[in-house]
Amino acid sequence: MDAFTQLTAIAAPLDLANVDTDQIMPARFMRRPRDERYATYGFHDQRFTAEGAKRPDFILNQPPYDTAAILVAGRNFGVGSSREAAVYALLAMGYRCVVAASFGDIFFSNALKNGLLPVRLPESTVNELRAAVAAAPGTTLSVDLRTQILTAPDGSTHEFVVPGFARDCLLRGLDEIGLTLTLEPEIAAFEQRRAAG
Amino acid sequence: MGQTLFQKIWDAHVVQARDDGLALLYVDRHYFHEGSFHAFNMLKARGLAVRRPDLTFGFGDHYAPTVGRSTPEVKDPEIRGIIETFEENARANRIRAFELADPDQGIVHVAGPEQGLTLPGMTVVCGDSHTSTHGALGALAFGIGASEVAHVLATQTIWQSPPKQIRCTFDGALPAGSTAKDMALALIARIGTGGGLGGAIEFAGVAVQALSVEARLTLCNMAIEAGARTGMVAPDAVTAAWLKGRPYAPAQPDPAWSRLFSDLDARFDSEVTLDATKIRPMATWGTSPEEAVPLSGRVPRLDEAPDETRKKAWARSLDYMGLRGGEAMADVALDRVFLGSCTNARIEDLREAAAVLRGKRLAVPMLVSPGSSRVKRAAEAEGLDRIFKEAGARWEESSCALCVSMHGETVGEGERCASTSNRNFAGRQGRGARTHLVSPASAAASAVAGRLVSAL
Repeated sequence: MDAFTQLTAIAAPLDLANVDTDQIMPARFMRRPRDERYATYGFHDQRFTAEGAKRPDFILNQPPYDTAAILVAGRNFGVGSSREAAVYALLAMGYRCVVAASFGDIFFSNALKNGLLPVRLPESTVNELRAAVAAAPGTTLSVDLRTQILTAPDGSTHEFVVPGFARDCLLRGLDEIGLTLTLEPEIAAFEQRRAAG
Repeated sequence: MGQTLFQKIWDAHVVQARDDGLALLYVDRHYFHEGSFHAFNMLKARGLAVRRPDLTFGFGDHYAPTVGRSTPEVKDPEIRGIIETFEENARANRIRAFELADPDQGIVHVAGPEQGLTLPGMTVVCGDSHTSTHGALGALAFGIGASEVAHVLATQTIWQSPPKQIRCTFDGALPAGSTAKDMALALIARIGTGGGLGGAIEFAGVAVQALSVEARLTLCNMAIEAGARTGMVAPDAVTAAWLKGRPYAPAQPDPAWSRLFSDLDARFDSEVTLDATKIRPMATWGTSPEEAVPLSGRVPRLDEAPDETRKKAWARSLDYMGLRGGEAMADVALDRVFLGSCTNARIEDLREAAAVLRGKRLAVPMLVSPGSSRVKRAAEAEGLDRIFKEAGARWEESSCALCVSMHGETVGEGERCASTSNRNFAGRQGRGARTHLVSPASAAASAVAGRLVSAL
């Protein structure tokens, strides 16, 4: 996993609530191995017509939003299916951060484990940020995981919280498996206690 | 202060707790399916072994065809490849996998409980969001992503932050003709798909206690559609009786099961109460499970939306679903019907649908895919297959089938399908497909009418 410390990037507004992971990553692409094609799978059925042509009316296709690395989304982003491929698709599209008022639980966890920073902020703040990046295409936002602060275009700062353990892993680019394996004696002891009844 | 059912199971599985509340939980049962190939790739890339293959069980369901039970005969080479990889990963890691040709194959959330592999008090995980289903047996069960699947394979543990605890009480008796599916849709219509976010729901109340285990499985299955990480029901005599005699269940109930309930003075972070006596057969009209109304009602009009966010969402839903708003649900004409999925493809579901279909002819095509190969055989032993076939339905093999449409068949663009599955998301059953979620009895009645109706 790539480490995440700080990011200043163009943000794209996606003014939709309850975006489910089926929309982010349609099921029919999930049989494919993870490779660069995942960039075209992300939001595929909204970005492309049935014939494969790019739909210019979909906001994430429009320049400069098509080069955004931050997505300012609606509430309950990433609900539904546990498919981690939804995170792979967003990363392949170039996103490194999603800002929303709330996230699907499993999506939130999947994002953290893959270096896609989910930033939870109050709904009114998210709505203002989305309006700001929609009003001035190309607007950048800054997120700093070290301080857990998002800086808006007007200079205002907004504190967000990433659970401590996940934050440590993300800052250092480490995955949890390596860290948990160091707890092998504790896991083995738990199993022995259970077996002894 | 007393403890909740959730806390009792959680506490019994903490390997290590951190100061920030995060806990490393031991996993008693880990299920996986064909889609878990990313996780096995991660393990391989790091040269790690599966720590407890004996606690790990595979079920081939997502890509299982509804016709044929032989992997080499799967026509689509990509789908065949996925199934072969699943079978190879299981063999290479000495894991018992219920493969396509296995007589006990089935959808993991149907076949796992059916085998007695999920027991009260267990922690259960699977790389599938509908793992919440298993909570119906009094287990703490939740879906996880591929990285977490790899973590569990390697360590038999998972890091979790404690969720909010929500109790959902259904007071009173459920009227005849209403089902657990209708309870779930009524709840989600009330609290929304974000209503349970970050939470664990315990289902309680007279109407829940009166449900069979199979109906409880349906209710807990849909907890994820309310946004909750899991749903659960305290195990009781009904649970113990249902488990008795299953291949992996103990010969006698474990005495510890009798302590698995929320103490009278246990505190929940929030409580929701529904009047079960008022629940009628439900169906969704839009593209979110919360967009549900009684089948006797009508599609809402845009000017009835409670707020601007909902108004915008409803406009998109109506447009996608090809509805104007305001029309009676019973006037919505269907193109096809799907009876199946981890929500509603158990033997009781098939019985309820067959009871409606007996002696009738379908107005629109219907696919029936039993929840497991065992369910299929049990249904055939009872003659249910004949009722479905004589009505004109396709009676096929067990698969996730048209719930997730990964097996090679989809609902066509613009086609309208009444479905007993769990998600009516845009594109879920196929690009441009229009899904209406209903119970098995309502699905059968709708297939006969060719319109969205209940069996009442």
